Amino acid sequence: MNEQEIQQIRDDFPILSDKIYNKDLIYFDNGATTQKPRCVVEKIEQGYYHLNANIHRGVHYLSQKATEAHEAARTTVAEFLKAEKREEIIFTRGTTEAINLVATSFGEAFCTIGDEIIISQLEHHSNIVPWQMLCERKGLKLRVIPINEHGELNLDVFKTLLNEKTKIISVVHVSNVLGTINPIKKIIQIAHARNIPVLVDGAQAVPHIAVNVKELDADFYVFSAHKIYGPTGIGVLYGKEKWLNAMPPYQGGGEMIATVTFEKTTYNELPFKFEAGTPDYIGSTALAEALNYVQNIGIEKIAEHEHELLTYATECLLEIDGMRIIGTAKEKSSVISFLVGNIHPYDIGMLLDKLGIAVRTGHHCAQPLIDSLGIPGTVRASFAFYNTKSEIDVFIEALKRVVLMLS
Amino acid sequence: MTINETQDNIIEEFSLFDDWMDKYSLLIDMGNSLEPLDEKQKNPQNIIEGCQSRVWLNAELNDGIITFQGESDAVLVKGIVSLLIQVLSGHTPDEILSTELYFIDAIGLKEHLSPTRSNGLVAMIKQMKMFALAYKSVSK
Repeated sequence: MNEQEIQQIRDDFPILSDKIYNKDLIYFDNGATTQKPRCVVEKIEQGYYHLNANIHRGVHYLSQKATEAHEAARTTVAEFLKAEKREEIIFTRGTTEAINLVATSFGEAFCTIGDEIIISQLEHHSNIVPWQMLCERKGLKLRVIPINEHGELNLDVFKTLLNEKTKIISVVHVSNVLGTINPIKKIIQIAHARNIPVLVDGAQAVPHIAVNVKELDADFYVFSAHKIYGPTGIGVLYGKEKWLNAMPPYQGGGEMIATVTFEKTTYNELPFKFEAGTPDYIGSTALAEALNYVQNIGIEKIAEHEHELLTYATECLLEIDGMRIIGTAKEKSSVISFLVGNIHPYDIGMLLDKLGIAVRTGHHCAQPLIDSLGIPGTVRASFAFYNTKSEIDVFIEALKRVVLMLS
Repeated sequence: MTINETQDNIIEEFSLFDDWMDKYSLLIDMGNSLEPLDEKQKNPQNIIEGCQSRVWLNAELNDGIITFQGESDAVLVKGIVSLLIQVLSGHTPDEILSTELYFIDAIGLKEHLSPTRSNGLVAMIKQMKMFALAYKSVSK
């Protein structure tokens, strides 16, 4: 992307022109959440101003239009992920709820005492705790794929963890701490050779790399709207029809039923079986708008630009004395975690903030990973397509100044 | 010096600087000049929960006067600990319990008081007051 293109994109994001403590905002916390382009916010505004009505069961015009918009959004998501059928797209509150849904529902249907679940050392708490809770409820065992010194999954050890008791593997696509892009296709192939399904946490992947669930042959794929320039409060669970049909509902209530009596209730078909209550039908249209925005720029172009940012930032960081890049996988997304000498990451983050630079510090909701690395946390800079090399320049100068103050 | 006189002194010292980075430089200096805690006192009982960094706080009562010692592995937090110790250490439990800590807001470091998980300042102040309460009932 050339400078003009980037500037045009930046102009779509009002917050990027804001001043923080009288300094230009440099927003490098995209791994936590992304900023929203005007069109996404306008979609929400338009929705509430002119298209607001409860969907699916209404007989009036607005309800019809709102339903069409919501279901069109579902189709957009299906096409974005290259899913076979739109019925395989379930709207949830986000990645966390999507994983909880599968852990609970799949767990209920397929797991029995002594069975095993495999996750990895890289996982975010949202892909650890739901499985731990399942294991406690049902007497299952949790196994963990370890990483090597670069932050890459050890596939040889992974293979040894598979056995006839393994019921599901749940693994992250892109690590929010180390930036590692996992070889998901290969992992799924290995798992499928033994008829074990795989859930992929794609929260940090979908904004940065092309995802094709059919090509990956993923059994479940999850992501959050707010990490891909969409609103908070809505996310996606993609699940292969065969699994979703075999799983009991997650939450009960309206919308997910076919008929209700006090004696017996029958459930709705996919996708509605898993969407209890009034859905976020405005949020879904905003999510679709965000996905369209990303696709109009082109995910390949985005990946290329972000890779340039990653490479440039890494080079500049390495020139700083005492720099420790945490996460040196061969395949990385635009996330850099680092430490400088023995300086506590909190100190660096707090001072960078005063210079207008937003990064994240701490364990990034991955305590087991951080603890296993023997560090108190990291400073994490995570880029998006609206970040620039000049922002990185300002960041590096600021970091040098901060490090001097703290040395 | 009374607690409030110490607070006023600190406010005056920080008011000499307008720029955030200068205020933080001063805070860092204060943190760096804090007496390191005895290794024995860096025990689990002295850890303050709720901080992104590790914070230890120890209190001793001698002749009705409480002395605090503390440390952190984050320098800015050490600076805040140092300020709290300057203000509250060397006073009676009653004096500590009746203190209103207005200096932190006044020196412009209010975000360290936010209830988010990233700092345990509220927890630190609470712990110091708990020590005072505990020692007050002991010395009765």
